[in-house]
Amino acid sequence: MSRSFTRSPVFWPAVGLIALVVLNTAVNPAFLKITLLDGHLFGTPIDILTQGSRTMLLALGMTLVIATGGVDLSVGSVVAIAGAVCALMLQGGHSLALTIVAALAVGGAAGAVNGTLVARIGIQPIVATLILMVAGRGVAQLLAGGQVLIVKHAGFGYLANGFFLTLPVAPLLVGGLFVVTQLVVRRTAIGLFLEAVGDNETASRFAGLAAARVKILAYVFCGACAGLAGVLWAANVGAADANRSGENAELDAIFAVVVGGTALTGGRFVLAGSLLGAVLIQTLTISMYNLGISPAVAPVPKALLIVGVSLLQSDRLRRWLAGLWTRGGKGTA
Amino acid sequence: MPDSALLRLRGVTKRFPGVIALSGVDFSVRAGEVHALLGENGAGKSTLIKVLTGVHPPDAGEFVLDGRPISARSPKEAEAAGISTVYQEVNLIPGLSVAENIALGRQPGRFGFVDWRAVRRHAREALARLEIECDVDAELGSLSVALQQMVAIARALDLRARLLILDEPTASLDEKEVAELFSVMRRLRGEGLGLIFVTHFLDQVYAISDRITVLRNGQLVGEYVTAELPRLKLVGHMLGREVHDEAGRVDVTPVAREAAAPLLEARGLARRGAVHPLDLTLRRGEVTGLAGLLGSGRTETARLLFGIDAADAGEIRVRGDRVSLGAPRDAVRLGLAFCSEDRKIEGILPNLSVRENLILALQAKRGVWRTLARAEQDKLCEHYIAALRIKTPGPETPIRNLSGGNQQKVLLARWLATQPELIILDEPTRGIDVGAKAEIEQLVAKLRADGLAVLLISSEIEEIVRNCSRVLVMRERRLEAEVAADNLTTGRLMRAMAGGHRE
Ligand SMILES: Nc1ncnc2c1ncn2[C@@H]1O[C@H](COP(=O)(O)OP(=O)(O)OP(=O)(O)O)[C@@H](O)[C@H]1O
Ligand SMILES: [Mg+2]
Repeated sequence: MSRSFTRSPVFWPAVGLIALVVLNTAVNPAFLKITLLDGHLFGTPIDILTQGSRTMLLALGMTLVIATGGVDLSVGSVVAIAGAVCALMLQGGHSLALTIVAALAVGGAAGAVNGTLVARIGIQPIVATLILMVAGRGVAQLLAGGQVLIVKHAGFGYLANGFFLTLPVAPLLVGGLFVVTQLVVRRTAIGLFLEAVGDNETASRFAGLAAARVKILAYVFCGACAGLAGVLWAANVGAADANRSGENAELDAIFAVVVGGTALTGGRFVLAGSLLGAVLIQTLTISMYNLGISPAVAPVPKALLIVGVSLLQSDRLRRWLAGLWTRGGKGTA
Repeated sequence: MPDSALLRLRGVTKRFPGVIALSGVDFSVRAGEVHALLGENGAGKSTLIKVLTGVHPPDAGEFVLDGRPISARSPKEAEAAGISTVYQEVNLIPGLSVAENIALGRQPGRFGFVDWRAVRRHAREALARLEIECDVDAELGSLSVALQQMVAIARALDLRARLLILDEPTASLDEKEVAELFSVMRRLRGEGLGLIFVTHFLDQVYAISDRITVLRNGQLVGEYVTAELPRLKLVGHMLGREVHDEAGRVDVTPVAREAAAPLLEARGLARRGAVHPLDLTLRRGEVTGLAGLLGSGRTETARLLFGIDAADAGEIRVRGDRVSLGAPRDAVRLGLAFCSEDRKIEGILPNLSVRENLILALQAKRGVWRTLARAEQDKLCEHYIAALRIKTPGPETPIRNLSGGNQQKVLLARWLATQPELIILDEPTRGIDVGAKAEIEQLVAKLRADGLAVLLISSEIEEIVRNCSRVLVMRERRLEAEVAADNLTTGRLMRAMAGGHRE
């Protein structure tokens, strides 16, 4: 029983999260405190969820791409493009609903480009998405005319920082999307197809799967998630900054997925693990801030955490450790 | 003679979650003998080898080589101790050259720099020892399967080796190549090596082995001198029951020919570099054989019929309608099925469960939205695990944990589950034990009786003769002859395969 529990893919990120929380509460006993103020929930855990919602969203899409054995480096740039599109649409007087649809469409289109390059033309995923990662920033700059576009729109800000029935809106949105994705992926055969293509693409094709289509679908979904994340990013700061929004977001998303128990080699994926991974990364960011670690050195503890959790997930390392334990005195010839 | 043994294992036990793969097995090999290790699929042959060579740690057991206890913790350590192994799933890299493959993981050189000249020289020497002619700079993937197999042996065979283990090395070789392998094995035996040979071909056991050890369900059944053990007795030991006839005769009378409607017709079908234009007709209720030597174009033909490769010329009709097959998907939707010969690359999804592997083609045929309910999936698994006697701890076990033969059965089940109208079986009994082989042949007969069209590709001529009512013979990528049921004999087929020049 306990054995199957430690083998669960979300076990190690959960352990990491608990360790961080314990460390933080030791330094600041009020770390976990949540208060109700003006009918809204406040506190560090709420901040973590609200600020982490963008990485969660990106990790959600990234999980499906990684499951197919690919990776999408362009999500950060797509965030910037979608942000610029939002700002332009709202400045142009379009409705919020239409703006969101436009951001989703732009993200989905970017994903379709990536997916086509990977699945139909056969370019390595890293290279194919690197193209848009680099070019995407330029596109965002072009759209924004080289400026930071300020957005003033009450409903727009509400998406990122508002509360609905005392709960923060952004995490609710992401949570809802997670539930829908999980249901669609596991109740239909999509999940099986994604895992099959990631595990052995040739064999999947031979079994009658439209492998290319499955891959493109994953990239389109990932792009759309990035589009939505772009909405939240711009809404959070009330501006679209083509240079800074979504900066390094692809790395956080990939880290979240890997830490959450989905292997970069593709195949089996764990959506819940990716969300947990995103929360873990956000908690780490906030802890460093709380512990007064300078942002300049922040990447170091982050890297250590990722290496740590990844090592714990490695079967080989675990077997090696177990071997040290049991062999102990015996000694071998 | 208490210690004439080169290798002596005692009480070897190995458990996997849900299975006892080996329980208290004793096994010994002498220097200068070929020792056949036999048993049904999942009997524990590969596991015994893997435990001996440090791939898996044993739960219990004593291992003695040359009088000294050994306990290898990795294949590398086993190799250093004098045990060279070619595993059932050969792990060579097709994209690298022959020399690179032979050197893999032990490149000579210093300070992390590889001495390429030494790599080539070593490869040439290793191949020369086996008396194999082969360009060491050629890409491995461009060689025939047989040559690749020889390269794997050359790679395994360290100069200090005292024991060479070959786990099903002949599964993909034709008769001539088997003969070549055997002459290499005899030479090594003459040099005083001990050889362990795993196979499901009993003819080969009698042709080369000196002694036999039989395993059943992870237990030792016994050790025998090959010359003193009649064939039927051997089969009986493997299956655990008396047998009277090795492979049950299969009824091959085709359904009356005029009644049998053509299911698939190909006219002028061709692909440059793969097959010359050919015509063929596959009928319902008929098992058509496709015979030929390795590289004669049999698999290539099947790939055209299944839409894996695109044809340059010609047309295919299914049930009379002209079809265009752009991908296997199109073929699957038309009711075709193709069980590939390469189970590792084109067959299994190693990390997914037996259930997921089994339902994959059916689910693909139905499309994403018409999801098979979990209850239905479980029912299918239950049915096929029982019907094909697939040995697995359960449907949720990852398929990579199954023995080779049992993986093969799951793949067969994958295609049967789609209820195809035409099934193309490319070496369906490769790596499958004697008992299951007879069962699969019976199954083919039943599929035929149910009105399916079956195209059977096999390198085993007897298998073709036993099961087919009509045989198409390919030679040098051309359809050369058609031999009908009434004059189907092994000799005639062999002559047709070899062509006019040879008799
Ligand atoms: N890595 C593993 N994890 C779990 N179970 C395993 C593993 N390897 C083998 N087994 C199980 O151990 C048993 C013996 O398997 P093994 O591969 O030794 O059979 P085999 O005699 O080589 O069969 P075959 O003729 O089909 O190759 C099987 O029931 C198999 O499912
Ligand atoms: Mg085996």
